[in-house]
Amino acid sequence: MSFDPLAQAGEKARGKRPWFMDDQDAERVLNIVMTLAQEVSVVRQRLDTVERLLETQGVVTKADIEGFTPSKEEAEERGAWNQEFIARILRIVQQENEAIERDGEVSSEQAARDFQEA
Amino acid sequence: MPDDRASAKPAPARPYDGPPDYRLVGRHGMYPQVSHDEAERFNFLAHMNRHLASKVLPGVQTAFERRVEPAFTKENGPFKSRHEVRKALLKDPAFQIWSALRRATMEQRQQAGRWVTLRQAAELNAKALELTEGDDRLELDPNFDVPRYLTAVDHHCMPGSYHTELAYGDVTGPANYDSGLFATTGGALGRYNDGGGQAVAKWVRENLPDFQPKRILDLGCGLGHNVLPLAQAFPDAEVVGIDAGGPMLRYGLARAKALGVENVKFIQADAEDLSRFADESFDWVQTTMFLHETSKKAMEKIFAESARVLKPGGIVLHVEQPQYTDEMPLYEQCIRDWDAFYNNEPFWTTMHEIDLDDLMIKAGFKKDGVIHGGVAAVVDAKLFPSAGDDKVEDYGRKAAWHVIGATKSAEAA
Repeated sequence: MSFDPLAQAGEKARGKRPWFMDDQDAERVLNIVMTLAQEVSVVRQRLDTVERLLETQGVVTKADIEGFTPSKEEAEERGAWNQEFIARILRIVQQENEAIERDGEVSSEQAARDFQEA
Repeated sequence: MPDDRASAKPAPARPYDGPPDYRLVGRHGMYPQVSHDEAERFNFLAHMNRHLASKVLPGVQTAFERRVEPAFTKENGPFKSRHEVRKALLKDPAFQIWSALRRATMEQRQQAGRWVTLRQAAELNAKALELTEGDDRLELDPNFDVPRYLTAVDHHCMPGSYHTELAYGDVTGPANYDSGLFATTGGALGRYNDGGGQAVAKWVRENLPDFQPKRILDLGCGLGHNVLPLAQAFPDAEVVGIDAGGPMLRYGLARAKALGVENVKFIQADAEDLSRFADESFDWVQTTMFLHETSKKAMEKIFAESARVLKPGGIVLHVEQPQYTDEMPLYEQCIRDWDAFYNNEPFWTTMHEIDLDDLMIKAGFKKDGVIHGGVAAVVDAKLFPSAGDDKVEDYGRKAAWHVIGATKSAEAA
C-alpha cells in the first residue's frame, strides 16, 4: 500500500472543526490530555491482564495477553476501574456542575472577612 | 501459584452499570484483528461516551435551567426555537466542556478504528477480494456519481465518509465503522452491531404477522449490519441493499458471506434514482438511519421512488431518531441537534423537523396507510445493555428509534 497508516489514522474529517471553549489553546490541550487518559487506561488494563494471567498460570507470554478474554465478573471489575478513572479525571467537571446548583455559596475568602467582624 | 489471600476479594463498591467488554463483539470472518490494547482503547471510549451521557450531560440541563434560560428570557423573552437555545448554550461553560469532550471522544474513536484497520489494510482488502471476486451479488459502478450530500462534510467525522477508496478494493472504511460502533453505542447494538435491524424484523413480525415479503430493498444499506437481520428473518426473500459507498458494499457482501447470509445482494446505486428497478417490484422498502444523511430534495425523490417500486400492499419503513414535535422541549431538541452541527450530520436538524406523514402522502401513499411505531435495539440482553430498559438518554444516539412508514394501497393503480 502506498499510504502511511499512522498518518492516515489521524486524518482530519472533511468539514471545518468546531471549537467550544473560549480559549482554543485550552481545548487543544484538553484533546491531548484526553487521549493520554485513553492511553493510561490501556496501560492499566494491560497490567490488569498480566496480573490476572500471572495469578492463574504463573508465566505470561505476549500471546496470552492478546488471547485474554475476561469473564463477566472480570470484565465488570475492569469496567468499574474505567468508571472510577474517568470519574477521577473529570472530577472538576462534576464539581463545576454541582456548583451551579449551589449558587448561594460564599468563598472562604469572603467567610474570612465575615469572621473578622462577627 | 494461586494465593488464598488474593482470592478473598472485597465486594464491588457499587453495582456495575457500565458497558460490557469489547471482546464480546462478534468476530466474523471479515472482522479486523483487534489487539489487546486496541480493544482497551475502544473500551475507554465506550466508557467516556457513557460517562458524558450519564454524568456530564445532566449538568448541561441544570446550567440551562438555572442560568442560561433565565438570563435569555430576561433579555429577550422566551426561547422561540431550538437554534436560539443552542446559540445561548454555546456561551455556557457547562455546554462547552460537554461538547468539547464529546467531540474529542468522537475524534479519538475515529483514530482508534482507523489505526486498527489501516495497519492491516492489505490483509483486509485481500480477504474481501477473495470473498467477493466474481460474485454477482456485488455490483459496483466505477462511474458512479457520489451524491453531494456525502461529499460536503465527512459524516460523523469519519474521514473519507462512506465512499472514499484509499486503494484498489479498499474496505478499511467500513471495517473501521464496523469495529468502532461499539465505542459510540457502548455495546447497545449487540454482538454484530445488528440490534437495529433485528428490532425492525421483530417489529414487522409482531405488527404484520401475515406479511411474507419475497423481495426486500434496503436503501443506504452501508455495510449491511441492519440488512442482514431482515435477510435472516425472511430467508426465502431476495434482499437487495443499495448504497453510494463502494467500499461499504464490498465489505457488506464479504461480511454477509462470512456470517453465512446468502440471500442478499449489494448494488452501488443512488437511492434517488431507482430506475434500474421496475415499478411494483418489491414487497418492502426499508431505510435504517439513512434519511438523516441525505438532503431535502434527495428525500423527496427517495420517497417518490420508494412508492413507485413498491407492489400494491407492500410496505415502506423508515427508522430514525424521534422527530421534533411541539411537545418535545426546545432544550431536548437542541441537544438532539448536536450531531447536526458538531458531528457532521448536516441534514439531521432539518430531517427531524420535516412532517414525514405529509411527505409520505405527497409521494403517493394514502393517509390511512401511514404507519407509526417505535423500536429498541434487540440484543442478547444477558451480555449487552438493553436500550429499551436504559434510563440514560444519550440524546440522538440511544439505540431506540421511531418507525415511520406506509402501506401501499392495494387498489392503487
